[in-house]
Amino acid sequence: MSALTSTGPVVAEPTTVPAAERRTTLPTRDADAPPPVPRRAVGRANGDELFARVGAWIAALGATWLVTQRFLPLSGVAWFVIVLLVAGIVMTALLSAMSTTFVEVRDRVAGVVVTAGAVAVGLALVSAVVFVFVRGWRPLVHLNFFTDDMAGVEPKAPFTEGGVLHAIIGSGIQLGIGLAVALPLGIGTAVFMTEVGGRFARVVRTVVEAMTALPSIVAGLFIYTTVILAAGVPRSGLAAGLAIGVMMLPIIARAADVVLRVVPGNLREASLALGASRWRTVWHVVLPTARPGLATAVILGVARGVGETSPVLLTSGAAPFITANPVGGAMNSLPLFIYTQVRSGEPNAIGRAFGAAVVLMTLVLALFVIARLVARPRRYRSRPPLRRRLVALLGATRSIRPRRTRSNGETA
Amino acid sequence: MTSLPFVDPSAPEAQPRRISRKATGADAVFVNASRAIGASVLVITGGVGVFLAWQAVPTLRHYGLSFLTEERWQPEIDVIGIAGVLVGTVSIALVAMTFAFPLALLTALYISEYAPARIKGLLVSAVDLMAAIPSIVYGLWGFFLVMPYAAELAWWLQRNFGWVPFFEIRGTDPDSAVWDTSRYVSSAFCAGIAVAMMVLPMACAVMRQVFSQTPPGEREAALALGATKWGVIRSVVLPFGRGGIIGGTMLGLGRALGETIAVVLIISPAFEVKWNVLEIGANSVSALIAVQFGDATPAQLSALLAAGFVLFLITLCVNTLAAIIVNRSRSGADADA
Repeated sequence: MSALTSTGPVVAEPTTVPAAERRTTLPTRDADAPPPVPRRAVGRANGDELFARVGAWIAALGATWLVTQRFLPLSGVAWFVIVLLVAGIVMTALLSAMSTTFVEVRDRVAGVVVTAGAVAVGLALVSAVVFVFVRGWRPLVHLNFFTDDMAGVEPKAPFTEGGVLHAIIGSGIQLGIGLAVALPLGIGTAVFMTEVGGRFARVVRTVVEAMTALPSIVAGLFIYTTVILAAGVPRSGLAAGLAIGVMMLPIIARAADVVLRVVPGNLREASLALGASRWRTVWHVVLPTARPGLATAVILGVARGVGETSPVLLTSGAAPFITANPVGGAMNSLPLFIYTQVRSGEPNAIGRAFGAAVVLMTLVLALFVIARLVARPRRYRSRPPLRRRLVALLGATRSIRPRRTRSNGETA
Repeated sequence: MTSLPFVDPSAPEAQPRRISRKATGADAVFVNASRAIGASVLVITGGVGVFLAWQAVPTLRHYGLSFLTEERWQPEIDVIGIAGVLVGTVSIALVAMTFAFPLALLTALYISEYAPARIKGLLVSAVDLMAAIPSIVYGLWGFFLVMPYAAELAWWLQRNFGWVPFFEIRGTDPDSAVWDTSRYVSSAFCAGIAVAMMVLPMACAVMRQVFSQTPPGEREAALALGATKWGVIRSVVLPFGRGGIIGGTMLGLGRALGETIAVVLIISPAFEVKWNVLEIGANSVSALIAVQFGDATPAQLSALLAAGFVLFLITLCVNTLAAIIVNRSRSGADADA
C-alpha cells in the first residue's frame, strides 16, 4: 500500500499485493517540481528573430538617410517615408535570407509588407485629422466663432468677428428634417422586409438595395428639380432636409434590414409559441433585441448625412445669417459653409473653413463614439432583459419536463 | 369494458378547423401598416429612379446617341455630351482604386491576421471612423496637404515613366530648368488620391469581415501541416476571401464613381476625353452637376438629369455585380456588404 502511494508513476505491481488491498490509487505529482525540459515558447519571436526584425529597420533607417540625403536629390518627408519602407522590406529580406530558408524569408517579407500597408493607412488617417485640427484651431479660440453668424462679416475680417452658429443651427434643422423622413420610413421598411416578408417585400428590398447606389448629388438634383423648380418651394432648409432624407433613407433601411435579419429566429419562434401576436413579437422581442444595432445603423447614417455636402449644395442656398424657419429661405449648414469659404480663396475665409471642419469633425466623432457606446454594451446591458426572457421561456418548458433529478437522488 | 362514444348519425360530420394565416386584429393593422410603409418607400426610392429615367428621355431624343459620344459641354452652341465627363469619372475612380485596393487589402489582412488581439477592436473602430469622416474633410486634406506632394510625384513619374501613355503630360518638359508646377496640380490623379481615402475604409471593412469568417479548422490544418503565417494567408485566407475582396473593391468603386465634393474642390474642369491622369484638368459627372446646375435652363437641367441617370446606372451595375459576387462566394453568404 505504502509502496503504491509513495512513488510517482503508477507501476503495476499486482502480484505482490493481497487481493483485499488491491485498490486503485492515484499518482501524486509534485506540483513544484520543474519540468524535465524547459518549455519552448513557440508563439513569440526568439532572440535571433527579434534581432533580425529590429536590426533590419535600423539598417533601413541608415540606408534611407544615405540615399535621400547624400546620394539622390530626393528631399522631403514623403520621399523619406517611401524610401524607408522600401529599404525596410529589402533589409528584412536580406537579414532573414542570411539565417533562414526561403519559406521564412517570404513569411517575414509578407509580414513587413502587410504591416507597412496598415501603418501607411493609419498615417494617412492621422495626417488628415491632425492637419485639419492644426489648420483650424486658430478661429476656434475666439468664443464668437461659436456664438456669432457671418451676417455683415467681410471674408477678410479677422477671426474676432463672425462665426458658424448659423451653420451649426442649419445643420441641426436639416438633419432633423432628414431624420424625420428617413428614420420611421427606414426602420419601418426594414421591419416590413424581415418580419412580414412575401413577394412584395422582395421587390421592395431589391429597389432599396439598388437605390443605395444613388450618388448623393443625384439625390440633391432630384429634390432641386421636383421640390424647388416644379413645386415652387424656395431654396430652404426644408428642401435640404428632404434631400438628406432621400439620401439617407436607403442607407438606413438597408443597415436596419441587416441588423434585424441577425436577430435569432428562435427568439421570434419562442415568442410566437408562447402565444404572442406578430405585432407583440416585433415590438417586445425583435426590436429590443436589435436596439443597439439599430441605434448604430441610425447614428452612422446620421454621420453620413451631416457630412454630405453635395445634396445641400443644390438645395439649401448659403445664407450668412441665422435662419431658424425651415421654409423661410436660404439656410446654411456646416459642410456648405466650409465649401463656400474655401471657394472664396481668402486666407481668413479658408481659416474659418478649417475651423468649421474641426467643428464638423468633432460632431461626427461624437456621434461615432455614441454609436460605439450604444453598440458595445450588447453583451452587458441588454443581457438582463434577454435572460429574463429566456428564464421565462425555460420556466415554461421545465414544467412540462418530468423531474428526473429528484427520483435519481432517491434511488442512489 | 371499453365503451365507444355515442355517435349521433344525424349530426353533421366533424370538419377540421380551417387553418388561416390571415392576420386579425392588431396583427392585421401591423401587417398592413408595415406594408404601406414598404410601399411608400418603394414609391419614393423607385420614384427617384423612374423620374431620372423619364427626365433623360427628352435629352436623348434631342441629342440622340451623340449625347453619349460628344465630349464637349457647350450649351450656348447646343453641343452637349457626356463622353468627356464619363471618361473623367472613370479615370478618377480607377486612380482611386489603384491606391485604395492594395492598401485596403493590406489593412484588412493586418487587422484580421497580424494585429495583436488587444488592439483589434480599436483598429476596426478606426476603419469605421475613417468611413464616417465627411468627404469635404478629405477634400480639404487632398487640396491643401497632399496636392503639392502629388504634383511632385507626378513630375517624377513623367520624367521616369513618361513613355507610358497615361503618364504623359502635354505641354511641359520634365527636364526643363524651372519646373512648371501648374501643369501638374488639379489633375485626376490628385482627385483620385482624395477619393481613395473615402473608398478605402468601405472596401477594407468588407474584406476584413470576410477574412474573419475563415473557418478555423482550415486555418489550423494549414498550420499543422507546417505553414507559416503567410502560408496560411496565401493558401487559406485569400482563396476563401476572394469573393469578399472582389466585392468590396467593386463597392468601393461604386462609391468612387459618385463622389462629388472632393472632386469639385480639387480638379480644374476640362471637357475632353483624355487618359493623361497626371495632367491638369479633369471632370466627373457629379462635379459637372455641382458646377452647372445653378444657371441651367430647363433643357440643360434635363441634360444634367440624364447625365446623373447614366451615372446612377453605372453605379447600380457595379454595386449589383459586387453584391452578386459577395453573395455567391463561399465566404460572403452572410457578410453585410
